[in-house]
Amino acid sequence: MIDIKDIIKPENLVFKKSKVLTDMEMHYCPGCSHGVVHNLIAEVIEDMDIQNSVIGVAPVGCSVLAYNYLHIDWHEAAHGRAPAVATAVKRLMPDKFVFTYQGDGDLAAIGTAETIHACNRGEDITIVFINNGIYGMTGGQMAPTTIEGMVASTCPAGRDLKRDGYPIKITEILATLPGTCYVTRQAVHTPGSVRKTKIALRKAFENQIAKKGTSIVEVVSTCNSGWRMTPVKANNWMVENMFPVYPLGDIKDE
Amino acid sequence: MRELKLMKGNEAIAEAAVRYGVDGYFGYPITPQSEVMETLMLMKPWETTGMVVLQAESEVASINMLYGGAGSGKRVMTSSSSPGVSLMQEGISYIAGAELPCVIVNVVRGGPGLGTIQPSQSDYFQAVKGGGHGDYKLIVLAPASVQEMADFIGLAFELAFKYRNPAMILSDGVIGQMMEKVEFDEYRKRWTEEELIKNNPWAATGKTPDRERNVITSLHLQAVDQEKLNHKLQAKYREIEKSEVRYETYMCDDAEYLIVAFGSSARISKKSVELARTKGIKVGLLRPITLFPFPYREIDAYSEQIKGILTVEMNAGQMVEDVRLAVSGKVKVEHFGRMGGMVSSPDEVEEALEQKIIGG
Ligand SMILES: Cc1ncc(C[n+]2csc(CCOP(=O)(O)OP(=O)(O)O)c2C)c(N)n1
Repeated sequence: MIDIKDIIKPENLVFKKSKVLTDMEMHYCPGCSHGVVHNLIAEVIEDMDIQNSVIGVAPVGCSVLAYNYLHIDWHEAAHGRAPAVATAVKRLMPDKFVFTYQGDGDLAAIGTAETIHACNRGEDITIVFINNGIYGMTGGQMAPTTIEGMVASTCPAGRDLKRDGYPIKITEILATLPGTCYVTRQAVHTPGSVRKTKIALRKAFENQIAKKGTSIVEVVSTCNSGWRMTPVKANNWMVENMFPVYPLGDIKDE
Repeated sequence: MRELKLMKGNEAIAEAAVRYGVDGYFGYPITPQSEVMETLMLMKPWETTGMVVLQAESEVASINMLYGGAGSGKRVMTSSSSPGVSLMQEGISYIAGAELPCVIVNVVRGGPGLGTIQPSQSDYFQAVKGGGHGDYKLIVLAPASVQEMADFIGLAFELAFKYRNPAMILSDGVIGQMMEKVEFDEYRKRWTEEELIKNNPWAATGKTPDRERNVITSLHLQAVDQEKLNHKLQAKYREIEKSEVRYETYMCDDAEYLIVAFGSSARISKKSVELARTKGIKVGLLRPITLFPFPYREIDAYSEQIKGILTVEMNAGQMVEDVRLAVSGKVKVEHFGRMGGMVSSPDEVEEALEQKIIGG
């Protein structure tokens, strides 16, 4: 019989929780992408050794409590206004790392103006954009990114393009702005995609050192509760239905 | 050495901000206060004091920039006029809820709606009764001269940081646009990072190992916690009411009647007092300088001595409600005001005093 103590040894350590993550239990639903992305941001902050000099701007949405999970200084923002808050934080403390963390309703509906103008000014910030195609926090209403035919509580028969307009590809729009330097779309549904997203996040933070402009990492995400699907089914549904509308990969890298 | 200059009220705001060592100004153009940002852009303070000046995409953005700047422990301010300040209300509520200091200047114009670009005082309720959602108060200062436009920048920041509460300078198009001579203090240095952290240990400046992380938020999901915050806010407002009332009196010692007016209406009413005095009417002027906290007790102190109060405001009668509260029925209180951008003349006010208070 091997005793557990024989296994827990430094030389056997293959993975450990980032010290930037707090011990607080996350409130996210099982299968939700938010927790995975939080973890990646924590790892990037730890790897870059910037915990002392990073300020996160949390949105209003499911990730409103992001500040409970990462052991860094945080700033709340009103729904949609994180890029404006981050603009001032960065302008007034240009040596700090500043990022916003926003959902699709936050970034692409109520906060469209703040998002576009922060990017257009080329603010040296990182925008992490969780696109789950739905309003998670308020109970699954239609988002600006809800795809055609997708069911939400305010479009129970599916998104009707005539009535509701088209799913907005805000990331492509942001890539057209000279103020953005790095615009990419990733996902976190497989180990491989998680690794890629981490690399993208690292690059998006490193761009702040060179003051190259705004970096945006969109993460196409699942919302099991909002979509009314099991985690596995949600992942498959995302691959089949969301990826054709929101194809993964770098849109801009300068 | 104080320096003497001739300038507009709006320009004085800009000059005073740079001299006071303000860290950031964020704004969006709107008449009658666009000179504030224009003056700052000409002054280029980023080259001298290091102050950031940024034209935002909207007042929604500028107030949320203030939120970010204030949470960083910086001295940040914005200026706007009525429609713009309406847009800011959500952000102001967040700033009050997160207990952050900042300064907001409202150079009021006539409303409602797009209204006029002429002066008004019709945003009194919005400024002193809350304006945005939730139970909160702004510290509200009402300048009546270009000199006070300049002086109140420093005072507003001092009070804002003392109480960690947003402060508003409630001005109007008359004072914003008129030119007067104004004396300025010497330039003060902006806080260094060390000074800022020492003075504002709560600021989100990056979590150093020597302290817990700082989280700037107005969110308390548990109702008991949110009520706790509300109790704390209310206690702070009571403290402000106790300690920070500011007002000025003119010819009140022997007064049988009182005019209560703030801002440019007080300037006009001063002339009306002089006019009435030449007719033998014993009237004095009480000018609230702080609108929150309001000089309730100080006005009530005249209740025994006087026979009536006329409030003069460029609105349909807003501060009059607070004056009535102050004297709670002991003295007759009437309102006189022009609206929608019209400014009353000293004669009109004197006439109103005779008709509504003395004759009425
Ligand atoms: C001014 C304002 N309007 C509406 C809301 C309600 N609200 C809170 S979160 C939210 C939508 C969040 O959706 P999203 O940004 O996509 O983030 P998710 O919850 O899906 O992560 C809404 C509409 C609010 N808090 N403030």
